[in-house]
Amino acid sequence: MNILCLVKQVPDTTEMKIDKVTGTLIRTGVPSIPNPDDMAGIEEALKLKDKYQAHLTAITMGPPQAEDMLRELLARGVDEVVLLSDMKFAGSDTWATSTTLAAFLKTLPYDLIIAGRQAIDGDTAQVGPQVAEKLGIPQVTYVEEIMDYTAPVLTVKKAYEDYSEILEVTCPALISTLNTMNTPRSMNVTDVWNAFEKPIRLVTFADLKLSEKDVGLKGSPTQVKKTFTRTLQANALKTNLSAQEAAKLVASYLSAYME
Amino acid sequence: MNTKDIYVFIEQRDGVIQDVSYELLSEARKLVTAIKHVHFDVVGILIGNEIKDLVQSVIHHGADKVIVADHGSLAHYSTHYTTDIISDIIKTNAPDALLIGASVIGRDLAPRIAARVDTGLTADATKIEINPNESDSTELWITRPAFGGNLFGTIVCPNHRPQMATIRPKVLDADFFDGTRNGEIIEYKFTPRSIDKVVFKQRILKETHGIDIAKAKIIVSGGRGVIDHFDLLQEVATLLGGTVAASRGVVDRQRAPKEIQVGQTGKTVRPTLYLACGISGAVQHTAGMDKSEFIIAINLDASAPIFGIANVGIIGDAVKILPYLVEEIKLLKEHHIAS
Repeated sequence: MNILCLVKQVPDTTEMKIDKVTGTLIRTGVPSIPNPDDMAGIEEALKLKDKYQAHLTAITMGPPQAEDMLRELLARGVDEVVLLSDMKFAGSDTWATSTTLAAFLKTLPYDLIIAGRQAIDGDTAQVGPQVAEKLGIPQVTYVEEIMDYTAPVLTVKKAYEDYSEILEVTCPALISTLNTMNTPRSMNVTDVWNAFEKPIRLVTFADLKLSEKDVGLKGSPTQVKKTFTRTLQANALKTNLSAQEAAKLVASYLSAYME
Repeated sequence: MNTKDIYVFIEQRDGVIQDVSYELLSEARKLVTAIKHVHFDVVGILIGNEIKDLVQSVIHHGADKVIVADHGSLAHYSTHYTTDIISDIIKTNAPDALLIGASVIGRDLAPRIAARVDTGLTADATKIEINPNESDSTELWITRPAFGGNLFGTIVCPNHRPQMATIRPKVLDADFFDGTRNGEIIEYKFTPRSIDKVVFKQRILKETHGIDIAKAKIIVSGGRGVIDHFDLLQEVATLLGGTVAASRGVVDRQRAPKEIQVGQTGKTVRPTLYLACGISGAVQHTAGMDKSEFIIAINLDASAPIFGIANVGIIGDAVKILPYLVEEIKLLKEHHIAS
């Protein structure tokens, strides 16, 4: 069984702050982390490796610094890692990203592609389904549990807003995973050391059979017209109250809501 | 290519049209009204099995035309068939825009269609307007949050059609209804061209952790500042007849179930009362609750952004205040019963 995992390195958006003077996003000092939904996918892939001796390849598209994340994935037990990196890929929207990824994925053997549902920086949830479409394979998004794999049928549980569904999909297929489905295993020291001796495969624009008009900013149908942060107005704040006084104040507003 | 009209995917589940579809129909009506230089219709696409009795409701809520695909193999949502049908309709009719609700189904479907018909898609929009700088434009300016809601971006799709967007449920108002409207019904004859490789086996209802927070009237919500004290929040919520919700920081640390997460990556709520305890109020959170009717915030940090949207802000430790609040509410309740 060959599994390809799509992974993205993202800024930890929970650590992001807004400059109160300029109203802009402060990006310096914000740590980069592997995207949480993607890490759940890696953990599911590792479980499949434990069970079925699957071969795991993790693929990321991004700047050279994403190598750090790929080393971490090797240390967790991923067999091969690939970095798609080229200045020509810069500015890609989800359409161009999925075109680039699909062009590379076509060159690999696979039974299953696992992508995180969405990345916490863009939150679009589009790259997975668009890769599946461009490869012409079926997809199941929002997977919260992998229940069984009896080649070539994968049985999964998909999360809806208020219920779940058990679905069977015939591989090769793509699934997208939710970060709440598992807790990624920790790395052991030996694996961390060994990870530094394993190669990271670098793939550039020249390695892919793509035209320049299909990648990066040129290959992106959507364009960002403007960005802004929401400015908040301070309300009258109650301060210097004791806990009991504060409770009384809150309760005075609550009485209107009591039946 | 001449493109025209704004299309809306009408999402139905088990024969029930989802609220977000009505919200989109209302929005599409506003958009076609704002386009003065050409006549655009609002066109609904309704897909399912034995769903023809839903058509009038789609028209009453704002559609001028409804394209209906009714077929036995469409009883259950299928990414494969639905993508085939809508892509086919797009290739034939060349709509200028297509709006889809950002539900689990919509977010599964929309990117697949956009990839197939080679166009741009903006996800999870919270605002749509016609290009305000030009008088004869049909270009949509679609605003969405990014970076966990810390930043907003306005996205355009200048050279590809249809312009596609998924729109978050509950951020737009479903305020258009005219029960006397007539519309055109167009039947789409569906024949599956290839089999769907995804087979539905079974639906499982989730173990309920209480009320669906999206429907709750009163929400007592906790962030990292009260992460070890959700029992207190529950006590307050129970006394008020409300429900407990949590911020992403709490859910990510697996201290509260995903089902009760409020915010951009959780649920959008519009309760009459939102009591935010120990929640700093990153935009990722406030995007999911800033339409609450009345917001009370308790937080230790006076510069917490939650105070910017709160009706009442209290600088203090929710962990210390909540036990007193429980007593105060009990007193109020006794008073209510006595009077």
